[in-house]
Amino acid sequence: MIQFLLNDQPTALEHVAPSMSVLQYLRTVLVQVGTKEGCAAGDCGACTVVVGELTGDPQNPSLQYKAVNACITPMASLHGKQLITIEHLQHQGQLHPVQQAMVDCHGSQCGFCTPGIVMSLLAWWLGVQRGTAAPDRHGIELALSGNLCRCTGYQPIIQAAEQSLRLCQDHFLQHQQEVVQLLQAIQGTPGAESLRTERGFYRPGTASELARLLEAHPQAQLVAGATDLGLEFTQQLHQPSKLIYTGGVKELTQLQDTPDQVIIGAAVTYSSAQSTLHQHFPAFADLFNRLGSLQIRNQGTLGGNVANASPIGDTPPVLLALNATLKLTSIQGSRHVAIADFFTGYRQTVLRTGEFIEAIMIPKLKADETLQVYKISKRFEDDISAVCMAIWMRREHNVVQAVRIGCGGMAAIPKRAKATEQALLGKPFSETSINLAKQALAQDFQPIDDIRASAAYRLAVAGNLLTRAHLELNQQGVSLFAEAGGTSQ
Amino acid sequence: MSKAINGATGQSMQHESAVKHVTGEAVYVDDIPEPRQLLHAAVGHSPVARGKLLSMDLSAVLSAPGVAAVLTLNDIPGHTDIGPVFPGDPILADGEVKFHGQPLFAVAADTLDNARRAALLAQVEIEATAPLLDPEQAIAQNRTVRPVHTMQRGDAAGAIALAPHILEAKLSIGGQEHYYLEGQISMVAPTEDGGMQVWSSTQHPSEVQKLVAEELNLPIGAITVETRRMGGAFGGKETHAAQWACIAALLANKTKRPVKMRLPRAADMMLTGKRHPFENHYRVGFDDDGTLLGADITVIGNCGCSPDLSDAIVDRAMFHADNAYYLPAAKITGHRAYTNLVSLTAFRGFGGPQGMLIIEKAMDDIARALGKDPLEIRKRNLYRGPDRNVTPYHQTVASETLTKVIQELEISSDYWERRQAISDYNAGSPILKKGLALTPVKFGISFTVQHLNQAGALIHVYTDGSIHLNHGGTEMGQGLNTKVAQVVAEEFQVDLQHIHITATRTDKVPNTSPTAASSGADLNGQAAKDAARKIRQRLTEFLIEQRGAVTNSIKFTNNRVQFTDNTGTQSMSFAELTEAAYMARVSLSATGYYRTPKIHYDRSKASGRPFFYYATGAAVSEVLVDTLTGEYRVMRVDILHDVGRSLNPALDKGQVEGGFIQGMGWLTTEELRWDDQGRLMTTGAATYKIPTAADIPPIFNVALMENQPNEEATIYHSKAVGEPPFMLAISVWSALRDAISSVVDYAISPPLDTPATPERVFRAIQAAQQHLATTNNGGTAS
Repeated sequence: MIQFLLNDQPTALEHVAPSMSVLQYLRTVLVQVGTKEGCAAGDCGACTVVVGELTGDPQNPSLQYKAVNACITPMASLHGKQLITIEHLQHQGQLHPVQQAMVDCHGSQCGFCTPGIVMSLLAWWLGVQRGTAAPDRHGIELALSGNLCRCTGYQPIIQAAEQSLRLCQDHFLQHQQEVVQLLQAIQGTPGAESLRTERGFYRPGTASELARLLEAHPQAQLVAGATDLGLEFTQQLHQPSKLIYTGGVKELTQLQDTPDQVIIGAAVTYSSAQSTLHQHFPAFADLFNRLGSLQIRNQGTLGGNVANASPIGDTPPVLLALNATLKLTSIQGSRHVAIADFFTGYRQTVLRTGEFIEAIMIPKLKADETLQVYKISKRFEDDISAVCMAIWMRREHNVVQAVRIGCGGMAAIPKRAKATEQALLGKPFSETSINLAKQALAQDFQPIDDIRASAAYRLAVAGNLLTRAHLELNQQGVSLFAEAGGTSQ
Repeated sequence: MSKAINGATGQSMQHESAVKHVTGEAVYVDDIPEPRQLLHAAVGHSPVARGKLLSMDLSAVLSAPGVAAVLTLNDIPGHTDIGPVFPGDPILADGEVKFHGQPLFAVAADTLDNARRAALLAQVEIEATAPLLDPEQAIAQNRTVRPVHTMQRGDAAGAIALAPHILEAKLSIGGQEHYYLEGQISMVAPTEDGGMQVWSSTQHPSEVQKLVAEELNLPIGAITVETRRMGGAFGGKETHAAQWACIAALLANKTKRPVKMRLPRAADMMLTGKRHPFENHYRVGFDDDGTLLGADITVIGNCGCSPDLSDAIVDRAMFHADNAYYLPAAKITGHRAYTNLVSLTAFRGFGGPQGMLIIEKAMDDIARALGKDPLEIRKRNLYRGPDRNVTPYHQTVASETLTKVIQELEISSDYWERRQAISDYNAGSPILKKGLALTPVKFGISFTVQHLNQAGALIHVYTDGSIHLNHGGTEMGQGLNTKVAQVVAEEFQVDLQHIHITATRTDKVPNTSPTAASSGADLNGQAAKDAARKIRQRLTEFLIEQRGAVTNSIKFTNNRVQFTDNTGTQSMSFAELTEAAYMARVSLSATGYYRTPKIHYDRSKASGRPFFYYATGAAVSEVLVDTLTGEYRVMRVDILHDVGRSLNPALDKGQVEGGFIQGMGWLTTEELRWDDQGRLMTTGAATYKIPTAADIPPIFNVALMENQPNEEATIYHSKAVGEPPFMLAISVWSALRDAISSVVDYAISPPLDTPATPERVFRAIQAAQQHLATTNNGGTAS
């Protein structure tokens, strides 16, 4: 049984198919059609809904509001959460401040993307009121990063967002405490931690339960944010027999900041990890602003990104450069594997049947160590990398003592540029040695031509990113995005 | 006229559906309450781009769970081809497969998932052959969808040969996916009289009505098509909405049940047309100042596998290959290449953007060749009277508004100060480079197919003074319904809230034209005005004849009517007037009609006046480019656009901003990729990248020309605004070229095909750098 709040109504559902998305539930089961389907792939944001979750001190939690794509969010993952839909924004016949501002600023034309935009702005507006979202233009751009509008050119929507902040009270804030209590009541339900539906959706509460479930159901698929798996259901029409949801596993959703490393549970979302990462690896955290959209970052997890073993995942190159370690767990116990040894081939890893990633352990930077991260893509936001490069170095008087360069988009797996590293090692990080190192890149990688970029471009740009790294370390104003007053990198 | 009413023309009223948009209450076709026994449709696709369909075994499809019906081309009772102008678009494959994904059969099932799953079960045998994908090769092989066409004025070859300077160059121009957020969809229900009720997301309900009638062998009058609104269209639902309505109607006819056909996004991108990719070429002669003496321009439209609207689209590319510039001697040749791609179709600008881009490239190239600023070359070549104002198709450019637009924009955008600042910046910045460009737009307004330039409207006035408005145009977000309602409010001098806008329906206004060619408000606004005036005239006559009103004393003003009779001044509310007129047996319902005057065109001579007038505007864009990677940002855009006397400045501004950003996407990040088998690889928003909020310029100044009524008698002297601003985005592409050219101190004009992705920008930078290396090593500059 799944228990959640549909807006302010406690709702319990049985017999939900594992692949049933929130969007299908809203449109076909409830026939609440304000939420639109634009792409059914998490790419356009027309179906954006807001999910309220308890956060902070378990004794005295507060509500956190996140925009997510209803089209790829499994219904069963809503357990213990509040689902807010476009139908619930008006209060006593009045438009919500973000709705009124959208009307006043002419923020809609065809109107089809509008409910999704309004929901993204609602999550942002509530975030601003709670102090978790930035009220400036950058904050607005981030909030809208997963919402495509083909009519307006966004200008009036950005203006509407700015204008909506003239009001700072709404019915969500007013009724927050009641919602917290209702959600706490659901979480206190006995047996909640090993919840499952009849149709094969398992929701373990601990790592050992997860290990036991995987042992018992070796063919079951793990699902965290469903930002990739969800597409198999909506695009390939696959029907999974069994899904195990990791979002409720205590160990997998923890984030630990120890003196010498950051330990990120595999089911921690990008959004949840971002602020901790920003303290210790600002370049890594900045990358997140270009990784998927906000909706995807609110759902997607680092563990999923690594376990997927895609050659174009954005976190593996960084984890390679930082020499992260993975904690892999099964019913037999846990083992530690260096990230560099994890990927064995195109979408192949060392994960054994019944084994899962429990956590990612990232050593912190020391004073003489630097991390630089670059992403090249056609579009600035929410695009898959043509090339992603992360460079970790330890230098003494600019002489490279140690270096690791992780690359995505350059090979069938996320891969270190070993020959390039070798060419830089022991030499000053200078134009001369970089020019030599660029030649070594061709030994490391024979990239391919595909729809995102040609092999030649990938290789040439990868080389030039070393130049960019050098210029930036010498504090020469070469950062396009800093110069453009842009958002990151 | 008095401006006392709320919602007169010229006021920035909100979109009529704005509140419904933001609350999710606006109903799109997929949101209409589903009728009982509704079936959902899906189609089976060809796995190859070209071949002969040998056999189809659909038994597994038919026996799949929930399936109610399966049909192929042979099951169509009437016409099987829905080509809008020329044949070539079979509803389902007719034995020959012409593009990858082409629908071969259709299936209806109880749920959408069941229909889509069943469609995957067919056993299809196709004798595949290598697809023809290269439009230039197609032209060389004489494989065209329509014959070549030429426009000529003077002796271009002779003028170029005698010119002091000659340049020539090629340009590959990418296509564009519409990516309307609401995909293609239709729902059809059989009526009790053997007809069909159709709800369709279409720009052209009358065409859908006709095609459904023809495929079912029914009279057109037996079919009713309704379109309340579309979730975006941009030309993509002008002709390419019909197929899905037709398939749903066939399945509804076969099962006698209602059927809904909605394309999943990937299928929508695979199966429906896009903006035409073009391969263009220019050869121009010019003097030492950069004044053009002659131009020979060839455009090759990649039309895909059928004519669709391509004849008119390539014609419009040719009509705009001069853009705003006088070509003293010109030859413009337009080819229509056949390829094994989905038939390319209408998209905002309708070929105009692709035509303009080649002459704008020439302007930049001439400037570099002469070492002058491109703006100087552009201004020098603008149309101006009295002896430099005839187009290559012999229409006189009567207005010189564009010259004023450019003058004002040059000042308001600080073009020359910024030009200097950018030169200084670039001189001191080896890695990052800035670019700046001002480009104009002159866009011809009217359908070039003459009979489409007509429209109808229907107005009912009720006894409480409320007004029901219907017209032949469709609402796709552009605010047409709002504008037309403002026209009616203005005519009756009643507040806008009294005008009730209703869904476009073929049984209310018949034989309508598509809402396209930016003509929606021009045509339907005039038709509605005509209908309103008829009723107003009857009300006026009623007052004169039955209430003793003095002729010429009657004044409709601020929701009332005032007149003088022999006892003095009288006044009554509009509602009292309509009630009184009804009691006196005065008809309060009227149709309105409009056809565009003055236009004529003889295509066989490529001569005439195809356009009632031109819409104009100009934009200045500034970009910042990283020469290490080819990445760039658009930093600032200033636009001044001429909409005549605006019917609604807020909506017009929305069209300008939205059109510009859509055009910017076309020229920058939106890249369609097909593989060597003709399969579209970019079938979703994950791989096809339209602009996001972070892509728009942080400084984006958009203004409408003030006090510049249309010189022609259009609806309140406004100008069409749907398409023209799209082409203002050419300034972004030109600014990118400017930044790249700065790498070699503006000595050359590196080629930059579109879309100008970071990779293409990077390659152009490399080409420039190689040129520099060659020159520095004692090589010769071109």
